Amino acid sequence: MTDFTMTTDADGIAVITWDCADKSMNVLNWDALRTLDGFIDTVIGDEAVKGAIITSGKKDFAAGMDLNVLADLRNASGDNPAQGMFDGVMQMHHILRKIERAGMDAKTNKGGKPIVSVLPGTALGIGLEIPLATHRIFAANNPKAKIGLPEIMVGIFPGAGGTTRLVRKLGAMAASPYLLEGKTLAPAKAKGAGIIDVVSDDPMSEAREFILNAKDADIVKPWDQKGYKMPGGTPYTPSGFMTFVGASAMVNGKTKGAFPAAKALLSAVYEGALVPFDTALKIEARWFTNIMMNPSSSAMIRSLFINKGALEKGAVRPAGIQDQSVKKVGVLGAGMMGAGIALVSAQAGIDVVLIDQSQENADRGKAYSASYMDKGIKRGKATEEKKQALLDRITATTDYAALADADLIIEAVFEDPKIKAEVTAAVEAVIPKDCIFASNTSTLPITDLAKASARADQFIGIHFFSPVEKMFLVEIIRGQETGDRAVAKALDYVRQIRKTPIVVNDARFFYANRCIIPYINEGIRMVAEGVSPALIDNAARMLGFPVGPLQLVDETSIDLGAKIARATKAAMGNAYPDGAVDEVIFWMEGQGRMGRKAKAGFFAYDEAGKRQGYWDGLADQYPRAAKQPSLVDVQHRLMFVQALEAVRALEEGVLMDIREGDVGAILGWGFAPATGGPLSWLDILGSAYAAERCDQLVEAFGDRFTCPDLLRDMAAKGQSFYDRFSADAKAA
Amino acid sequence: MKDVFIYDAVRTPRGKGRKDGALHEVSALNLATTVLNEIKNRNELDGHAVEDVILGNVTQVGEQGACLARTAVLASDLDEAIPGLAINRFCASGLEAVNLASNQVAGGAGSGYIAGGVESMSRVPMMSDGGAVGVDPSFTFDNYFVPQGIGADIIATEYGFTRDMADEMAVESQRRAKAAWDDNRFEKSVVPVRDVNGLTILDHDEYMRPTTDMQSLGALKPSFKEQGEVMPGFDAIALMKYPHLERINHIHHAGNSSGIVDGAAAVLLGDKEFGERWGLTPRARIKATAKIGTDPTIMLTGPVPVTQKILRDTGMEISDIDLFEVNEAFASVVMRFEQAFNVDHDRVNVNGGSIAMGHPLGATGAMILGTLLDEMERSDRETGLATLCIGSGMGAATIIERV
Repeated sequence: MTDFTMTTDADGIAVITWDCADKSMNVLNWDALRTLDGFIDTVIGDEAVKGAIITSGKKDFAAGMDLNVLADLRNASGDNPAQGMFDGVMQMHHILRKIERAGMDAKTNKGGKPIVSVLPGTALGIGLEIPLATHRIFAANNPKAKIGLPEIMVGIFPGAGGTTRLVRKLGAMAASPYLLEGKTLAPAKAKGAGIIDVVSDDPMSEAREFILNAKDADIVKPWDQKGYKMPGGTPYTPSGFMTFVGASAMVNGKTKGAFPAAKALLSAVYEGALVPFDTALKIEARWFTNIMMNPSSSAMIRSLFINKGALEKGAVRPAGIQDQSVKKVGVLGAGMMGAGIALVSAQAGIDVVLIDQSQENADRGKAYSASYMDKGIKRGKATEEKKQALLDRITATTDYAALADADLIIEAVFEDPKIKAEVTAAVEAVIPKDCIFASNTSTLPITDLAKASARADQFIGIHFFSPVEKMFLVEIIRGQETGDRAVAKALDYVRQIRKTPIVVNDARFFYANRCIIPYINEGIRMVAEGVSPALIDNAARMLGFPVGPLQLVDETSIDLGAKIARATKAAMGNAYPDGAVDEVIFWMEGQGRMGRKAKAGFFAYDEAGKRQGYWDGLADQYPRAAKQPSLVDVQHRLMFVQALEAVRALEEGVLMDIREGDVGAILGWGFAPATGGPLSWLDILGSAYAAERCDQLVEAFGDRFTCPDLLRDMAAKGQSFYDRFSADAKAA
Repeated sequence: MKDVFIYDAVRTPRGKGRKDGALHEVSALNLATTVLNEIKNRNELDGHAVEDVILGNVTQVGEQGACLARTAVLASDLDEAIPGLAINRFCASGLEAVNLASNQVAGGAGSGYIAGGVESMSRVPMMSDGGAVGVDPSFTFDNYFVPQGIGADIIATEYGFTRDMADEMAVESQRRAKAAWDDNRFEKSVVPVRDVNGLTILDHDEYMRPTTDMQSLGALKPSFKEQGEVMPGFDAIALMKYPHLERINHIHHAGNSSGIVDGAAAVLLGDKEFGERWGLTPRARIKATAKIGTDPTIMLTGPVPVTQKILRDTGMEISDIDLFEVNEAFASVVMRFEQAFNVDHDRVNVNGGSIAMGHPLGATGAMILGTLLDEMERSDRETGLATLCIGSGMGAATIIERV
């Protein structure tokens, strides 16, 4: 059974149906493309055929390209992968261009056959690039469908003509949200934006009607007509000039040079705009090849597409345990975290019991969901009915008896082992015997907390990031006694709330905070050394971190940092390595500069709490060094201090799977996305260079950069993480 | 190498570079022809006297396209045997034309040259010639392209110049220019622009605002804040190149930046024999020329390294220079120059500069060289240096000494 099939009806309309066997969504592979190519030849060549409809046998049109196909193209051509990639992409262009020209005469534009697309639902990536090559796009009036070109989100850009066609269709300015931000639209809005042509309750009938009535002129693309002018103008026209100057600047400034795909995309757009359509496709293919050959794009695709998807589909779920989907979750503590957890759970259709010590607190936690939905209503993304349905799922109460039929408990009370132990015992007295108990602690070892439980095998950590409704990652912590069913329960719950899970073993700070804390600390160390605070934060932003370490510490608050520092010091004793950091933290704490919440931290804030600039007092206490370090040195300090911690987490068995180390870092704390994650970044550097650089950093900055044995061994063997641990990362 | 002498220097007055500017009715060709004919006629040269005419001209499209220098030669009283070369080194084009001609003469490729520049900014808008520099992502990303006004504001931020300091310099430029005009200090060089009937169109620099004071400047909005901070956000790019800076301090505005004007200038230069052949007295010797490339993002710091280079080349010290013309493209450019060399403002741009009188891009280099020479003669100084900052990160300089 091939992915595409074709039948021709009595009217001579060929219906080409895309329906990948064994898949819920169509994705394009090379064989399917060849089949499609053959059908198009038939449509054009067979006189009995009047025209063709390309559609889907599924409820959606297509999710995109099978990204493994692109990897195959690269690998198929031996010692010249760029040539293989380029040739393959050009073949794709050839096929789509054949659809677009549909046999019409090159000069007169006459004699072509109408070929249209009918989209029953979602059409993304190549799933929109093929329709863009057809003469009309008809979409079902399906508000849940997503139409767009989200390639940029995984570090590439539309390379099968989507870039060139959309820019020529809409103009560079109008196309930019879809190309540069990967924005997707429901069909009605996609029509409004000019991306698709018709939205209909019966798109097949409308498509047939179009084919039967189409004149030669109806199927000639604007860019194939004489006198075509790109909407908004090409780069060197008065109207286009400022657009292209502005686009170059905006994309450069926003991506901070940390996303090579954005630059490659823009180059394809700019250079393509200056030449005829077919030449523009060739240029697009060259830049697409260039980005596919960039190790950053491979790493991003691997982490953000393949492995993120694999983890969401349960790649690390213990085998042989039946579905553990949550029906009723009890959330203990209605503070910021508890309220957020209640919200995302209710959004997923799970019944929630939100418990706090006072009814007032519990109600306030529930009110968070109400105000969240109100914002959605204001923006037209929710309705009063949806809000009410969601609120109906949340029971705010002080009464533990309401937990009697809960199948998952998530405890989010104060970070105090004693309080947590009391709550655990009290709740376990009322919940069903098979209920799983999870703690949302971010700092306390799960194994210790589990001691308060009579059912330690059912006790687990589910660590959310703040704000819960915005952050994509959930870190699941397996304590020493935690059983497989608890892990499966946590994973199934995270799937229900549509977040990405990683599962780590129990250790101080688990995985995410274990890496984030050294990142913040390294920034603070540099302040003490007299490095310009702007250089510290800018260096991080230029790596793609959403915020620099000093801004981050202001957001999370200095007193939290001081509390963690004191606790860590108490636990580690003489081995505690961060005295230089604490000096700054404790001084800041003494100055009352607790961070944004106090409107005073590393930054100064105005009355409204808006950041104004770095606080002057900082330079008085820690005078700026006359000679500032190079950008690369600052960046390497910030990167290595995290990446080496990830390696140590792997060495120590806290991380069990390198995929989780990379995906977790990007989604959890915004680790330089274009690297594909800390371990992918070390792979891009190469283990030999990374180990050598560690030695230099030790020499210059201290023992915290000591090369882990694992990395040293890999350097000696010339290995990468994804070579060495490939058995753990089959999908990679 | 032969000694090269300046025998004469002329310029048109500068007209406001707007539709209501006096020279807006005058073509760029006419401006160029005016100064070529003035050089030829007042020095009583034959039409074939010079080897070539080199004219700086930045925006070489429209009426300024197709080698305006050659068109101007043909339109002037010079013979068709004189070829004509249009060059573009952005804001230093006029000085670069002189330097190029000077080095041709020094190397023996011809005895005499007319070099200068022309720009009708009111008729051929700046940047209307496009250019990959600000548009092509392959270039702009890797080279951190920002417009020159942002570069000028980076200088202010990096080197600590405040808005008040820039405004004070602007007020002083206006005061000096007015005093110079009142004292007829430009009369040797300025040739009025006339119509086809010989009627005067403009005989003075019309851009000047002698009533400018700190208060009037204080009312002006920064010119580059919007494009820096909001749309399209060039500051973010500036900070990628200068990551130790927290933000860019936007101090420049229309009143402390150079004015957009129309104008042309020409310099007659040649070897000793050229002067003897045409009975001319050398006014100054061109002692040295230099050019350099610098960081294109901050863009406008070129006068400092190019001056260091020319001093190194000549074995001179900064104290050996009596007078400076440092083009007032933006106040921060001059302030940076004075800061780097610890040069007192009393020796720099003593008759005002482009902030007061305007900066006709392709012509300015030749204009300020003439201004420098006139002042050296008037105040009896020996050595002078003219330098300009240049778009895309370059610098040019010339040292002249009286003979």
